[in-house]
Amino acid sequence: MDIRNEELIEKINQVMAEEFEADPELIRPEAPLMETLDLDSLDLVDVVVLVDNNFGVMLSAQDFSGLKTFQDFYDLISRKMNEKK
Amino acid sequence: MEKRVVITGMGIYSCIGKNLDEVRMSLYEGRSGIGLDPARKAAGYRSALTGILARPDLKKVLGRRERMCLPEQGEYAYVATCEALRNAGIDEGFLKTREVGILYGNDSSVAPVIEGVDIIRSKKNTVMVGSGNIFQSMNSTVTMNLSVIFNLRGVNFTVSGACASGSHAIGLGYLLIKQGLQDCIVCGGAQEVDLYSVGSFDALSAFSMREDSPCEASRPFDRNRDGLVPSGGAATVVLESYESAKKRGAPILAEIVAYGFSSNGEHISVPNVTGPIQSLEMALRLSGIQAADIAYINAHATSTPLGDYNEAKAIYEVFKGLSPYVASTKSMTGHEMWMAGASEIIYSVLMMRNDFIAPNINYEIGDEATELLNIPKKRIDAVFDVFLSNSFGFGGTNSSLIVKKVK
Repeated sequence: MDIRNEELIEKINQVMAEEFEADPELIRPEAPLMETLDLDSLDLVDVVVLVDNNFGVMLSAQDFSGLKTFQDFYDLISRKMNEKK
Repeated sequence: MEKRVVITGMGIYSCIGKNLDEVRMSLYEGRSGIGLDPARKAAGYRSALTGILARPDLKKVLGRRERMCLPEQGEYAYVATCEALRNAGIDEGFLKTREVGILYGNDSSVAPVIEGVDIIRSKKNTVMVGSGNIFQSMNSTVTMNLSVIFNLRGVNFTVSGACASGSHAIGLGYLLIKQGLQDCIVCGGAQEVDLYSVGSFDALSAFSMREDSPCEASRPFDRNRDGLVPSGGAATVVLESYESAKKRGAPILAEIVAYGFSSNGEHISVPNVTGPIQSLEMALRLSGIQAADIAYINAHATSTPLGDYNEAKAIYEVFKGLSPYVASTKSMTGHEMWMAGASEIIYSVLMMRNDFIAPNINYEIGDEATELLNIPKKRIDAVFDVFLSNSFGFGGTNSSLIVKKVK
């Protein structure tokens, strides 16, 4: 993992913990995203807004299917950012 | 068999106090809650006058989802309702086991609508408004939010009746309990005060321009009144059947004995005299109380030239030969609009239970209609048992509630 990725992960963790008022200690790559942040279907709308505002990429409903862990989420945002370049 | 309907709890968040004790003191001392909001001038308002109140900080009180769905006026309503339930002796257990309803007056939610539309226009993507906007922007925002937060399981809807919304909400709650359809209903009214909330109202030149002396700007019935001062907050009353209140040993603060209503059927914004007369007479007829027994009338009077003039004529006509005290608490609070009909019931119950009638501050000299009324310039220290509260609104909607002491 390069430095840029580490910075990206740190920022993702920070904005998600802040927005969803979660304990940062519980956010780990293998932790389940939905359960850790206590997200429901309404919250996913706010995840889309948050990701666009902070990372400049737009997620779709399809992007969330198969998304389980924080690592999946990091990979998704990273891929979307790379696609945009 | 018809039920008696009593008030067992009250809560208030307004520009003259953030709880019942603060509000009682302000009423007693005739303290104004009006000030200037310079941001309104920058936004193109004619008048910067407004009721001044801070938003409560609910970060440590409510969860993220609850806060995200709650607009400004919903925050005020939440705080007022917590106080009302607390002093009604209603706890979570009661709310979970009893069928408690909610009827709340609210007739706008401007800020979330503007914020949502601004985002959609600039981003060209509806998703970007986020998940809370829809629940904040509907007129029913207060009842939809509070019913979820407090786990209410009875009647649940919002009453939009312009500046009589809060009064109609209490009136409808009274009728449902009286008919035996509900035992307990959280009633009230809420009004947003944010920057854009009353921009289109300001456009009608309905607001006072007395910006050099904010505390003297709202002057209902005074000859030199020049318009209303917009204000807001929220007020909650817990209505309950007398039997239910007695059975659980709840405090009985007052009894509602009549709800009169009418529609002018004329102009959309210009009030008349006959509509309010109809509402007043209906309330008196249904209450079984003689006009002579009503000691105090909390007038709708907002400080507009024609509105106060016509209400004065209606009251004079209905109470001809009598001289009940007639005062408008809007002289201190400004016009709390969707909230006013509920808050003014609370103001009046506080006066009745503490043996005084608050002054109609800024009333110096009347006009040809208002000078015929008995309008107190100073506080009156008096024991009284019955009051009437008027609320009127755009479209000619009128509501009159009669409330008495339970001895």
